[in-house]
Amino acid sequence: MTRETTGAAPSLTLSGIGHAYLGRTVLDAVDLSLAAGEVAALVGPSGCGKSTLAHIAAGVVEPSRGRVARRYRRHGMVFQDPRLLPWATARANIAYPLRLLGLPRAERRERAEEAAKRVALDRADLDKFPVELSGGMRQRAAIARALAIDPDFIYFDEPFTALDVALKRRMQDLVIEAARGARFGALFITHDLMEAVRIAHRVVVMDAQGRGIAGTRAVPGEPGGRDDGTVYRLVAGFLTDDPLFRHIHDIDERRTP
Amino acid sequence: MTTVRADALLDRLGRVGQFLWSGWAGLAGLALFAALWQAGHERYGDFILPAPLATLAAGLTIAADPAAWELAGQTTLRAVEGFALAALAGAAGGLAAGYSPATMRLARPILTVLLGVPPIAWIVLAMIWFGSTDGTIITTVLVAATPVVFVGVAEGAVTRDRGLDDMARAFGAGPLTRLTTLGLRHVAAFLFPALTVALGSAFKVAVMAELLANTGGIGGALAAARANLDVAEALAWVLIAVTGLIVVEYTLVHPIRSEFERWRNAARPWGVKR
Ligand SMILES: Nc1ncnc2c1ncn2[C@@H]1O[C@H](COP(=O)(O)OP(=O)(O)OP(=O)(O)O)[C@@H](O)[C@H]1O
Ligand SMILES: [Mg+2]
Repeated sequence: MTRETTGAAPSLTLSGIGHAYLGRTVLDAVDLSLAAGEVAALVGPSGCGKSTLAHIAAGVVEPSRGRVARRYRRHGMVFQDPRLLPWATARANIAYPLRLLGLPRAERRERAEEAAKRVALDRADLDKFPVELSGGMRQRAAIARALAIDPDFIYFDEPFTALDVALKRRMQDLVIEAARGARFGALFITHDLMEAVRIAHRVVVMDAQGRGIAGTRAVPGEPGGRDDGTVYRLVAGFLTDDPLFRHIHDIDERRTP
Repeated sequence: MTTVRADALLDRLGRVGQFLWSGWAGLAGLALFAALWQAGHERYGDFILPAPLATLAAGLTIAADPAAWELAGQTTLRAVEGFALAALAGAAGGLAAGYSPATMRLARPILTVLLGVPPIAWIVLAMIWFGSTDGTIITTVLVAATPVVFVGVAEGAVTRDRGLDDMARAFGAGPLTRLTTLGLRHVAAFLFPALTVALGSAFKVAVMAELLANTGGIGGALAAARANLDVAEALAWVLIAVTGLIVVEYTLVHPIRSEFERWRNAARPWGVKR
């Protein structure tokens, strides 16, 4: 509760963000602010513009309207697809942002291997090319790439979808751990409310048509302090009693003829 | 650490083995070609088509003559000069066109015109402009080889993965860094095949231009052989030109390309590897 946007200077502020692809408006008047060290889960039906919003916030896409204010030191990003360089080994891929920072080769190697260890990538797999890795390994390499630069903010765009249950939990714990130690704040896009409630301080629900934020709910307790039973009860409560979450799952059913 | 080094060594040995294997297959193809040639010789006789071995002997005689080496060197130098210019011009233009759609729209009709003019017409024009000099040959080679490189590089630049560009941007890469770390690396995979083709056509066009412009080199030697109706010598010169090309291709172009395509080979199952 201490992390409401009224507290210290926010690490990320989006004001009046609007965006159109080829004249078709996908985002309009989106306002969102994240407190320093806060992990916010962004949920919403497929195609409502979550990825677009994250790309705008990270400076990958120029918004048509609105302003982005970033007050963190350096961000990392995990895209919805791994986006690894096909011609480079997993190790070189993880080290790619370090290369952009101009670090010497030996240090790049060391930090890449350390990041790989954090996402449970085997040393032996680091010499493989992305085509030789499994989907989950590729995704973990992409996560390691974001971690390697030691960011204080990370954009996660449905990062754990290709992972099995155990690995998914392990990666979630990594985010929780980082949030607790204030290592990084995060904007965490997900379709999985259980995941959102487990790791985030706050759940942000996007409007189904991208017309702003439909609402936000602070999750009681701290990330990592909620056991599975609590998470389950919270999600069930959101889905049955809270009108805000009514549309995040039934959108697709409405569209099917 | 020793195991890592041993692995690297094994990997390299494996690639050398693969390379030798591909050379073996190439040799088998050449042997088949020589057999067909021999059959043609037995059917049409010495005057029309000398035997492969006789041609080889003539080629060796020529190769033993230092003056012949000078001629071959002359042709090679011209072809390589024209090729280098074409590679530079084609790569620069192709990159510009691949990155800027406006340039592409401007360049496409020019390219169509360039490709539409037959090489022989360029030789005539170049002869008028430069007379019987190196300039004629180099210009002709330049005009013939540039479009190949241009198209290859432009296609590479157009097909670059914009998702990777976005990824690099998210990690703070500026336009120049994105070009050098992503764009050029992707284009290289298209550049090398284009360069192979361009080098081949550079040699062929150089010989043709030399023959027509009567400016010495292998083309001049061929013209002399024709004047003397010496088919064996003409074929021997052709053999020498082709050998030169094959040597360049297998010692330079293929090794560099396989180094660039390592990741693609990694995806192939064993049986299908080249
Ligand atoms: N490069 C693009 N060009 C044109 N339209 C795009 C582009 N990227 C996204 N869109 C459109 O913008 C809308 C929002 O896309 P976005 O990827 O942000 O959705 P999302 O909320 O992330 O969906 P999901 O949960 O399925 O990932 C979609 O209707 C999509 O068709
Ligand atoms: Mg998305």
